[in-house]
Amino acid sequence: MSDTVKVPEEEVVEARSPFSEAWEMFRKNHAAMAGLVVLVLIVVAAIIGPPLYAVDPFEMVWAPFSPPGVDGFILGTDYLGRDLVAALLGGARVSLIIGLAAAFVTVAIGVTVGALAGFYLGWVEEVLMRITEFFQVLPTLLFSMVIVALFGASLPMITFAIGVVSWPPVARITRAEFLRIRELEYVTASRASGAKNFKLMFSVILPNALPPIIVQSALMVGSAILFEAGLSFLGLTDPNVVSWGQVIGSNRQYILDAPYTVTIPGLAIFVTVLAISLVGDGLNDALNPKLRQR
Amino acid sequence: MSGPLLKVENLRIELTTRDGIAPVIDNLSFELNAGENISFVGESGCGKSMTALGIMGLLPEKIGRIASGSITFDGEDLTAASEARLKEIRGNDISMIFQEPMTSLNPVYTVGEQIAEVLRRHQGLSTAQAWTKATELLDAVRIPNPQARVSDYPFQMSGGQRQRVMIAIALACEPKILIADEPTTALDVTVQAQIFDLLRDLQAETGTAIMLITHDMGAVAEMSERMIVMYAGRKAEEGRVDEVIEHARHPYTKGLISCVPHIMQTLTEERHKLTEIEGIVPSLREFGRNNCLFAARCELVEDRCLNERPPENSFGKTQKAACWRAEEV
Amino acid sequence: MADNALLNVENLTVRFSVKRGSSWGRKSYLYAVDDISFQIKRGETLAIVGESGSGKSTTALAVARLVPAHSGRVELDGEDFLALEDEALRQARSKIQFIFQDPYSSLNPRLRAEAIVREPLDSLKAVPEADRQAIVDRLFKAVGLRKEQQRLFPHQFSGGQRQRIGIARALVTQPQLVICDEPVSALDVAVQAQILNLLRELQSEFGLTYLFISHDLGVVQHMCDSIAVMYMGKIVEHADRLSLFNNPLHPYTAALLSAVPSVDKARREATKRILIPGDPPDPINPPKGCRFANRCPVAQAQCRDAEPPLRDLKGGHRVACHLVGDDAVSPL
Repeated sequence: MSDTVKVPEEEVVEARSPFSEAWEMFRKNHAAMAGLVVLVLIVVAAIIGPPLYAVDPFEMVWAPFSPPGVDGFILGTDYLGRDLVAALLGGARVSLIIGLAAAFVTVAIGVTVGALAGFYLGWVEEVLMRITEFFQVLPTLLFSMVIVALFGASLPMITFAIGVVSWPPVARITRAEFLRIRELEYVTASRASGAKNFKLMFSVILPNALPPIIVQSALMVGSAILFEAGLSFLGLTDPNVVSWGQVIGSNRQYILDAPYTVTIPGLAIFVTVLAISLVGDGLNDALNPKLRQR
Repeated sequence: MSGPLLKVENLRIELTTRDGIAPVIDNLSFELNAGENISFVGESGCGKSMTALGIMGLLPEKIGRIASGSITFDGEDLTAASEARLKEIRGNDISMIFQEPMTSLNPVYTVGEQIAEVLRRHQGLSTAQAWTKATELLDAVRIPNPQARVSDYPFQMSGGQRQRVMIAIALACEPKILIADEPTTALDVTVQAQIFDLLRDLQAETGTAIMLITHDMGAVAEMSERMIVMYAGRKAEEGRVDEVIEHARHPYTKGLISCVPHIMQTLTEERHKLTEIEGIVPSLREFGRNNCLFAARCELVEDRCLNERPPENSFGKTQKAACWRAEEV
Repeated sequence: MADNALLNVENLTVRFSVKRGSSWGRKSYLYAVDDISFQIKRGETLAIVGESGSGKSTTALAVARLVPAHSGRVELDGEDFLALEDEALRQARSKIQFIFQDPYSSLNPRLRAEAIVREPLDSLKAVPEADRQAIVDRLFKAVGLRKEQQRLFPHQFSGGQRQRIGIARALVTQPQLVICDEPVSALDVAVQAQILNLLRELQSEFGLTYLFISHDLGVVQHMCDSIAVMYMGKIVEHADRLSLFNNPLHPYTAALLSAVPSVDKARREATKRILIPGDPPDPINPPKGCRFANRCPVAQAQCRDAEPPLRDLKGGHRVACHLVGDDAVSPL
């Protein structure tokens, strides 16, 4: 019987996942690709820089305030005669690690809270969203300063402090996406065929809710780097590691005498965050199906 | 008045897509007489709505344009008219109602304000006059208790009532042509019947010509005297409605009529398999090709159909079909 | 009647609580489905027709336990489906499957077609993993899709093809009852015929029982063995196909039928349009009498006072109207 159903002959189309199409779209976006290239260069520099350029960023290697390009120090030295190239390369590691780790903490908390609130509704949602609002109205810088001041300025604690104040937007986006997607028929279809709640939440709804969460967390990396810079500028930083913000913070008194000691790490932060933003925007365009149809 | 009210000749509308330029309307000609009711039928993506937007001068900006041909309305070529002139015509002489009455109305103004606004802008009525006229119009489209309902917001009305308000707005300036783009697709069938009755009565009273865009052959049969079947941007068939339904000359028209299970006068135990039209409407990429675009789905396809675009053959006085094998259909 | 009934729905009620106005704490209820009963025989198709707000889709969702029922019984093959809980319910879900209206939102865009069809098997684990692919292959063929299309993602299919995937998914667990919720109303007319023919072919091939929800009387007429007409949460008329279409008894059914535009000239000329002005009453405060009384062209005083029960007339024709006598003559 079914054999009588005529199958229309057409060319075989290759299977293309939504993500491979998004990548296609991303590749055509010049700004985003430029951002990605810069970002890759920074990451490579952070990884292979310190072993190749074996100068301790804390060691006084030369006279203070040697301007860039003079005496063989490409970016010069700071007020203690420390090599700024070494500080920049070492700082790249710390800044990127903190950025990624804080974004990870943010997403982990935000997605969990948002997913539970958006899936279970009722009192679960009420409670979780009130908590989210509580964290949202906290003055973020002040609150994270308190955490760092109370529990010590170690890298994990700084990461945690940044993550703990940054997750509410992720939770709200996740919840909104869950509320939208849970009403779609394919979720009902999964439920009708016996899928368990855990599966519905994490393998049916979440993958489809990911695009805005990915974009948000990409931008989160940038803002976490800025946040860390802000904290270390205020001196709330692990004294045993060098980060870009810390370099700016420690040299800030000499901003008029030796502006390059502040502007060079500042530029590094600027370029990194800009590159991340471009990538985030590109992801947004590539993952947003409404824009893709154009 | 001499000649038809609206005369479209060899109209070609091009749309710029990612894959290049595609003729979404390809060599379309038709005439609409004053007070006439004509239907455009076809699947989605066949250019029914694009024809309407072309006439209204509302093609999507930057991507859509009239490449050649003419649209003559009341002796004036609309393809050459300025944007200002088109605006004037749009409000006064040609108006349009859409499928989704909820999104076509502004939710923050009362329906009375929205009708009155059109009257003030296009007919120069005073605020008080416009309000009175708006109430009259609501009465004309048979909204009960119009004095009270005129101050309602769109969300306070049902879907059918909102579509009536849209019709009231469209008819506010007594246009010569009303284009109705799937006006009842979003509505229940009993409401659809009411809207159709209303349109027919208003047409009889005002003498407005109606261009109905639909995919429902039943609606065509109920509403119109003439119909044009569109396929892939081209006119497949044109003719008087009963003539075409009685004996379609294009395989596509025939398929459209017989693929839908109709309720007949007396139902019997017998239920035959519905006619299927295999496949789907071709993509825009294929629209410009010099062959019969329906060939890929046609049961009567022969070599000629794949290599040459069929000309329009006439049958009787009014029926025309663009098919190489129209004689045999 | 009860012997060969696969599905037996008794006094099913579904209500939703609505917050209204400023009355704090006081809940009002909207009875989307109000005390309805019907049966479907094995291998047959029952259609529920009605306009928006009639409760037809809610009925379908409640039968499939995708919306909680307030009261009533849903017996599938003698087993009370509403009494099942947790794991028992999860496993029993394979017996009732759903075909959805919108082929665009009913398929998970992140999954390949084969994974979508296989998902119910993976969730229920009733079939050994090794056999699952063979079942998927067979169903792909049965719904008219090619094997190589299994690897594609939903957005690479047309609307009609997507609906075929949805149908394959619904059949993969060999359900006893398939609920089709407006399965063709989102499709282009020319594609509708393909899907309707397919559904009928599959029904005779696999001996399926359908609960068919639709607002399109033409489609219903073509697909069904019997039809229940719903208005504001109530079944107003329920009869086999020929009785309902050739001798509609309830004024609402008659009005509904007369509103359908037809290409049949004979029908157009013979049908008198029965006008039902106005809108349905507020569903949260339904009138105490017949819910159709305010729009009914022949309503009388008793219609506004007492709610008409759904009565059995001869030949299993059921109608809820005071004005229809046992002789089964339309009051119009």
